[in-house]
Formats: sequence, C-alpha cells, structure tokens
Amino acid sequence: MGLEHVFGDSFVTTKIDAAINWCRKNSLWPMPMGISCCAIEMMAFAGPRFDVARFGSEVFRFSPRQSDLMIVAGTTTYKMSKVVRKIYDQMPDPKWVIAMGACTSSGGMYRTYSVVQGIDQFLPVDVYVAGCPPRPDNLINALMKLQEKIQRGESKGSFPAYVGDAKLNQPQPLPIITG
Amino acid sequence: METRTDELPRKSKILQALEDQNTSVSFDDPLENEMILNMGPQHPATHGVLRLLIRLDGETVVGCVPEVGYLHRGYEKLAENCSYHEFIPHTDRLDYLSPLSNNTAYALAVEKLLGIEAPPRATYIRMMITELARISSHLMFLGSLAMDVGALTVWMWSFREREKEYDLFESIAGARFTTSYTRIGGIAQDVSPETIASVKKFVDELPGHIRECEKLLNTNRIFLERTDGIGVITPQQAIDLGLTGPGLRACGIEHDLRKANPYLAYSAMDFDVPVYEGGDALARYYVRMDEMRESVKIVHQILQKMPTGEVHAFKPKKVLPRKERIYTRMEELIHDFMLVNFGVEPPVGEIYSAVEAPKGELGFYIYSHGEGYPWRLKIRSPSFANLQSLPVMMNKCMISDVVAIIASLDPVMGEADK
Amino acid sequence: MNAVVLEKLKSRFANAVLDTNEFRGELTVVVPKERIVDVCRFLKEDPQLQFDLLADVCGIDMYTPTKRFGVIYNLYSLKNKNRIRLKVFTEEEDPKVPTMTGVYGTANWHERETFDMFGIIFEGHPDLRRVYMPEDFEHYPLRKDFPLMGIPGSLSLPKK
Repeated sequence: MGLEHVFGDSFVTTKIDAAINWCRKNSLWPMPMGISCCAIEMMAFAGPRFDVARFGSEVFRFSPRQSDLMIVAGTTTYKMSKVVRKIYDQMPDPKWVIAMGACTSSGGMYRTYSVVQGIDQFLPVDVYVAGCPPRPDNLINALMKLQEKIQRGESKGSFPAYVGDAKLNQPQPLPIITG
Repeated sequence: METRTDELPRKSKILQALEDQNTSVSFDDPLENEMILNMGPQHPATHGVLRLLIRLDGETVVGCVPEVGYLHRGYEKLAENCSYHEFIPHTDRLDYLSPLSNNTAYALAVEKLLGIEAPPRATYIRMMITELARISSHLMFLGSLAMDVGALTVWMWSFREREKEYDLFESIAGARFTTSYTRIGGIAQDVSPETIASVKKFVDELPGHIRECEKLLNTNRIFLERTDGIGVITPQQAIDLGLTGPGLRACGIEHDLRKANPYLAYSAMDFDVPVYEGGDALARYYVRMDEMRESVKIVHQILQKMPTGEVHAFKPKKVLPRKERIYTRMEELIHDFMLVNFGVEPPVGEIYSAVEAPKGELGFYIYSHGEGYPWRLKIRSPSFANLQSLPVMMNKCMISDVVAIIASLDPVMGEADK
Repeated sequence: MNAVVLEKLKSRFANAVLDTNEFRGELTVVVPKERIVDVCRFLKEDPQLQFDLLADVCGIDMYTPTKRFGVIYNLYSLKNKNRIRLKVFTEEEDPKVPTMTGVYGTANWHERETFDMFGIIFEGHPDLRRVYMPEDFEHYPLRKDFPLMGIPGSLSLPKK
C-alpha cells in the first residue's frame, strides 16, 4: 500500500481476514473427545515429550462452549454418536473436527453391528488422521495441516484435507457421505 | 391450582403472582429435594465414556447408577468371525493401558485349549512384558488419580515415565502400545540384547521416580484428605460384587492369581503381594504403588534368569512358522497356508483361563467346536466387574469425592464395554 | 480337588447332575435350570468347598433345535484356589433362567449382559435392562442368526 514508507518498521499492514485467521490458527483450543485407545495417545500429545503447547493448542477444554477444535479420538459407537453430535452442536462457530485414528475415520478394524463406520456420517470432518492409534507426531501433523487450512480460511467443515496429501492447494472433492 | 393461604408468609411476591396466573409451580423447599446429576459419558474424570447417574441430596450422593456400553465394539461377535490368530490384535485394544498383558492372557488361553506350551525363553519374555505393562497401567493410574484430586505435576511425571516405557515397547514389539506381540505358542520375535539393557536401565531408575511422586503425595494433606476414608468397601461386599485386583487387595484379602494359580513362571519368582486394610481410595493407591515396586523386583529376577533358546514352540501344525522358512522350505509353506486359511483347529472342548491383569482377573472363556475359529469367546474383563462396586463405594460420599473414587477404581472402558 | 467337588455335589444333589466333563483339568457340570440357584448356594456355603467368588456368567448360543441357549457360571474359591464351571440350558422359545443375584451380587451386571446379548430372561432379576446396546434396540447381537454387520436401520444416527 505504500504505507510502510510513511511508518517505517513499526507498523504492519495486512488484511483483516488474514489477521483473524492467523489469530485463530495459533490458539486452537481442543475439546478432547477421548473415547478409547486414541485418547491415551492424545494425552501423550499434550504430555511432556510431544508438548502441543508449541502449537498453541495446549489448553484442553472439557467444556464444548470454550473450545473450537474437536478431536474425536476413539471408536464411535451408535450409542455414543448422539453424544458426540450433541457436544459438537454446543461448540461455538467457527469450529473444526479432527477424526483421529482409523476407527473414527472409517470404522477401522471394527466392522461390527455397533460401530459407526466413520464419523463423517454425522459430523463434518476437516482432517482425517491415519493410524491405529496414530502416533502423537501424526496428530501434531494433523494439527499443522488444520492450521494451514485455517490460514487459507477454508475450514468450514466441508472440504476435508487428508494428512499426507500433497495436492492440498487443489480444490478438494466433496466427501462422499453414505447413509 | 388451589391457593394455600396458610403458607402465604413463606412465599415471595413472585411466587404469589405465578400462582395467581394458574401455573403449576410447586412450593417445596428446594433444599429438601433430591437432584439427579448426569455425569458423563463425556467427562474429564470418567476415564473414557463411563456415564453415571447420581442422585444427590444437597452435596451428598444417595444413589448412583453406572451406565456403560458407550464403547461396545462387539469383540465377542468379532471373535466368532475370525481365526484364533486374527483375534490377537483385538486383544490390544481391550485394556489399552496394558496391551501386552492382554496379549499374554489371550495367548495363554488359546495354548491351554490347544494343549501346547511356549518355550522357556518366550515364557520369560512374556512375564517381563506383563510386568512392564503392569507398571505402565499403574503409572497411568497414579497420574490420573493425582490429576483428579488436583495435582497436575504427578501426571506430567508419570507420563514422562510412560514415554520411556513406550520406547521399550517400541523396541520390543515395534509399536508404542498396540503391540500384538504374542503369538500362539510363542512371541512375534525375540528381544535383542540392546532392548534387555534398556529394560534393565528403566527398572533401575524407576523406583527413584516413584519415590519422587510419592514425596509429592504421601504427606500431602490435600491428597490424603481427598482419599483417606473415601470410597470404602468391606471385604464381604467386595467378594460378593466380584471385585478383583488391587481393589480387592486393598480390602485386606490376599488374592493374586500369580500366587494362587501360578501361570507362566511366576512360581519361580520371589515377590510379595501387597495387601492393605481399609478398602478406601488411599489403600488402593498404596497397593498399586507397592505393586509397581514388586514388578520391578520381578523384572530384575527375570533379567537374571532369562534363558536362551527358541521363542516358538515346535508344533508345526499349531504355531506359525518363521517368515524366512516359509520362503525357503516346502513344509513350512504348507503349514503356513493351512494355519492362515483354516486356523489352528483346537480339539472340541471348553476352557477358562485367567491371569492377573493390572486391573484384576482377566479371563478368557473359549468354547471350541474343533474349527479354526472359536464358537464362543467370552472375555471376563476386570473393569466391568469392578465397576459394579461403584454404587457401594459412593454411598453417602460427597459429590467431589466421586472423581477420586472413579480414579481409585481405575476402570478402562475399552474392556468394560468390550 | 475336582473329584472331591464332584463327589460332594453328587451326594447332595443326586439327580441334579445331568452331565459332567473334565477337559484340561477343568470341571464342567451341567445342572437343570430349576436347581442352579440351589447348587450355587450349596457350593458357596459348604465349609469345605467355599466357591465364594462368581468370576463370570456368560451365555452361549449352541444353535441346536433343542436346548439352544446355555448359561455358564464360572465359580472360584478364594480358599481352595480352584474353579468349577456350571452350565444350564434353556429352550429357544421362552428362554428363561432363574437369577443368581440372590446368591452372588456380581451376577447382576453379568446377567444383564447375557440378556442384552442373547435375550435370555433371568427371572427375578432386580433390574433387567440392556447394558451395552441402546434401550430401543430390538435384536440380540450374539445370537448366531444375527449378522456381524448388524441389521440396517436397527440403530439410528444423529442428523448431519
């Protein structure tokens, strides 16, 4: 804009959207929806070795009202799905969802009568994390991918980015929803 | 609604106005009413997806109904649809704080059904990993109990130790905690001397770290007041309700399957069974802390006595052959093909095999029709049985003690809900 | 020890021991379902045997025309440190077994689980509800005629 010439180094000019996205991505407060095994790795992710505080997400809020990222960690059964959805509905906008692990992403090894075959049947998922359970490093990777999405202002819950996908900047297809 | 003029002095103007408009307002004293509090299934202190319906009189719990099943994954139906080998990875996710212990329990059950036995080195390695798993589970208990009563530092320290243990599991089995390490008639692969050295280093250092945590807790007045005399259960009630593991030993009953019905090579080990009187949350904490030290003692003895030799039993029709032999020998290739496609095919019969898991008695009941997959596989999970004693422990306690009691019982919903 | 248990059981309940079986050193005794509570009470209260811990109750679907469902009780004695397994069978229509909650408190949840999974009704049970599946679920998952992937539409999901 040329204002830098006037003000020197003491001012930064930016778009308001970019500034807000920058704020949001660096202070994601997770709502740890710890359901089963992945919850232990999620705790390790917050623990001393992996230390998610480096990414501004160490503030685990057990109240959905105070959080903006839901990490669904663990097998979601039909009985639990209503609870997960209810908690998601209570979270204030904007909100994002990480499906942690094979069970939440696709049902995983539990192809049984009681397990929902992928939480995207009832939740808009932003990032899927592979692994059973994913290592904490992989969850941090997912968080970084989500931060990239937020910086681009894309995360409205409709375009999932797959962790490890190189073509992230290409327009993503809509997720296939069954049921 | 009829007007009750005799109570008029007690009512405020607002209530009077409501009554004039024919609303159905009751004038009972709110403090005399009982309240139902729903806790869970999503709650930081319920250790997963346990749901409790608590009836409260003021702040006192007068009734409690635990509600489980939010993590029911259908293990028993799955087991009927996969072969004995295929079910091993599922046992990891039962009690996901000590997967190696479940692996061993399942392998022992199938071996009992088949009538085979693992070679001595495999037995000793299994014993070592079971004890390491016990330590890892109890460290998690320590961290979560301390966190639930308000001491976050201990949680950080216990997770630091758990991370070291995960490194050990990774070098033993190749995965941090979904290990799937045991096989029918042996273990997946032998443990390297480097791993043995790092296990030794870990168990040498662990008692010091446990003492560090104990320094923070054992004389901490807040911790003691929040656990001492809380969640009391009598020995008779505990036996009646099927409580096993540290919960039972905290009531003064010396029952440990490692001593009572020795499996693996526990009869050759010298260790004590810690028993405390009292049956409260503090006694359960002491039992688990002492058990960690006993486990360290056992691991030291295992490392001293570790035999050399094979880690697979020589039963070609029951035990999966080594990979390099499958590729080079005809006989092994045929056995591998038969075992993978048709299963181990045990004789017709039924067995119940139980081990002392960190949470209590973990048993597998297998009914075999002589086919490659079990006709019925029932998992007797300690957490499910232990959770039944929750209403007894919570009787007449305060609402803030509920989290301490759940943490002291240390349930894992993965195995409680199966 | 198994021989002693069997001897005592046979002398006390002459016609209630329908079948016995010993496999890998474990004793299984089949008793008629009307007598199961008496047999368990005897095993628990006998001063020599003292099977005071009910480790497990589980159901089994034999998938046979008669005596389709079975209920299995795994008992443990803290004093003698041995186990015994009792078994009762019931028919497909009207699968009813008397409850064990009067003898062992822990039978409460185990019987609820068996009811949830097999639809076996425990008569006299204080609180016979489903324990794992939702209350409005209509089927019994561990029956052999129930498919592994369930029956489509039997469980609902929240709206997206």
